[in-house]
Amino acid sequence: MLEALSAGLFNGLIYAAVALGLALIWGITDVINFAHGEFLMIGMYAAYWMFTLGHVDPTLSAPLVACLLGFVGFMTYTLIIKRLQKGPAMAVILATFGLGLVLRQLAFIFFSPDYRNLPDTLVSGSITVGHISMGRPQVIAALASLVVIGILFLLVYRTRWGHALQAVAEDRDVAALVGIPPDRVNAQVWIVGSAAVGFAGALLTTFFYVFPSVGTVFGLLAFVAVCMGGFGSLPGALVAGITLGVIEAMTGYFVAPALKTVSIFIVFILVLWYRPRGLFGRW
Amino acid sequence: MGTTQMTSSLDRPAVLPASGKLPGKRPGISRRPLLIAALIAVLLAIVPVFVKDAFTVQVLLMVIMFGALGAAWNLVGGFLGRVSFGHCVFVGVGAYTTILLLQHLTLTPIIGIPLGGLLSAAIAWVVGGPTLRLAGHYFAMATIALLQIGLLLMINWQWAGGAVGLEAPIAEAPWMLLFRTKVPYYWIAVGLAFLTFLATWFLVHSKVGFYWRAINGDEAAARSLGVPADRYKMLAFVLSGGITGVWGGFFAMYVGFIEPESMFSLSLSVQVVLVAILGGVGSLLGPWLGAALLIPLSEGTRVMWGSSGLGLDLLIFGLAILLVTMFLPGGLVTLRRRRGAARR
Repeated sequence: MLEALSAGLFNGLIYAAVALGLALIWGITDVINFAHGEFLMIGMYAAYWMFTLGHVDPTLSAPLVACLLGFVGFMTYTLIIKRLQKGPAMAVILATFGLGLVLRQLAFIFFSPDYRNLPDTLVSGSITVGHISMGRPQVIAALASLVVIGILFLLVYRTRWGHALQAVAEDRDVAALVGIPPDRVNAQVWIVGSAAVGFAGALLTTFFYVFPSVGTVFGLLAFVAVCMGGFGSLPGALVAGITLGVIEAMTGYFVAPALKTVSIFIVFILVLWYRPRGLFGRW
Repeated sequence: MGTTQMTSSLDRPAVLPASGKLPGKRPGISRRPLLIAALIAVLLAIVPVFVKDAFTVQVLLMVIMFGALGAAWNLVGGFLGRVSFGHCVFVGVGAYTTILLLQHLTLTPIIGIPLGGLLSAAIAWVVGGPTLRLAGHYFAMATIALLQIGLLLMINWQWAGGAVGLEAPIAEAPWMLLFRTKVPYYWIAVGLAFLTFLATWFLVHSKVGFYWRAINGDEAAARSLGVPADRYKMLAFVLSGGITGVWGGFFAMYVGFIEPESMFSLSLSVQVVLVAILGGVGSLLGPWLGAALLIPLSEGTRVMWGSSGLGLDLLIFGLAILLVTMFLPGGLVTLRRRRGAARR
């Protein structure tokens, strides 16, 4: 029971880390990045290849992967999103969906559909605290996620840059009037948000399989977490991510493992029933 | 002219061209599009007489089906402005109702398919309560969640086939809608598609359609003018779900084999959305245009490169979506407006 709870908690932290990048981009630039899961996939493959070819451990390569993904995010924004932002909202959805499909298929072609995992990383093994034993990679990844989440929170809520972000999210035109360049801020948000998901992806490789459609598994969870937390709210995404992890683990333990995912979606619908704008959404 | 002007003022810009063509010389709305649709339906119906190639007929059938699914989706996604990514819930419900009735009660799908549509509409009514009050992205995510719940429940429901799925018997029995060739299904699809177009056309040009667009434009304003928004949103969702359910039943009979993954499918739902958006959201013609472009492309690339085992077909599909949105963000229906603008 306690073991399931702690496992759920750690999983939840990782979901939250994956979801935060999405929440940031969604909240500030008002763009749903349907390729978010695929960004995670790229991050996982990057970490995988760095380990396999260069023997760089995922825990060490995570910052590098984050930089790479930041670049991917920047390119996505400048080449695609920026051009479509003034058009109909649907166009952006469609474009990021197309991008996700392209990235996934490219991964199929270049990396083959095989499930790969990293056999022996720096953090392999398990930890036993009292009577509870858990996988060490999960614990490390969850703690690292916590650090990333903390950094993101500080950046957004405690710096001048973060206030600029919030200003753009509040009202793009007024932000421009007071001298905040919205386009540049948006680009920075894409860089930071994508870097966060890259970091999470690198950590995920220490205990999860890498395969081309891994993004859809985590992408969907991230969407649910962001939405349940309340559109654009970072604390919401964090709380929702952890909640999802715990609910999943508890259902698996008390009810049936097969219904793990159903419970997540049912709870999600219930939350929206009582709070139509998510847990922390603005009213 | 009064009505047509109202259309343009309520529509968003991307919607204009579709309704812009409709005004006739008489006051009121020209019925010409209906005649043209009937003509196209007849033309499509006689295609199999001349074209014996099974693949062409199959692609045409898929175009027609996705056009109709897109048109049904458009009632909610386009005219009401609530983007549903889980419309295949209704496809699944319609499909499972039809096949289960056929298997357990040997009830002919001629009755089973409408029943599936009714059940889908009923489910839309139940589900619409909690979801329709959500706005924007929240609604989209809630529909995905509903789809996932449906999918996972069907996988775990052993009586209804579980993860393995259900099969329609292979036989030649016209009264059971079982045929060995694809052509009869094609004719049924053409007929159903014509009915779907009629239904959407009349809905959109009736009072109901104006209310929907008013709600889409500004829900609070519409309410303050006395539009019973909740009831009309529900109506759109129920009708859209019902039509989609009917097509789900047809789809099940056509493919002859259903399983949760292929019916309650997120990618199929997204494909329906893509068809509608690519054609042009909130226009009557859009989904059919979108289907006519997207489906041959996806089927064609699948045949040409699908056997390579690398998924090249999907890559090209994704690239095509990306490129079309980059250069035609308003959908295919804007092509006409563009050309018109250049001439002026």
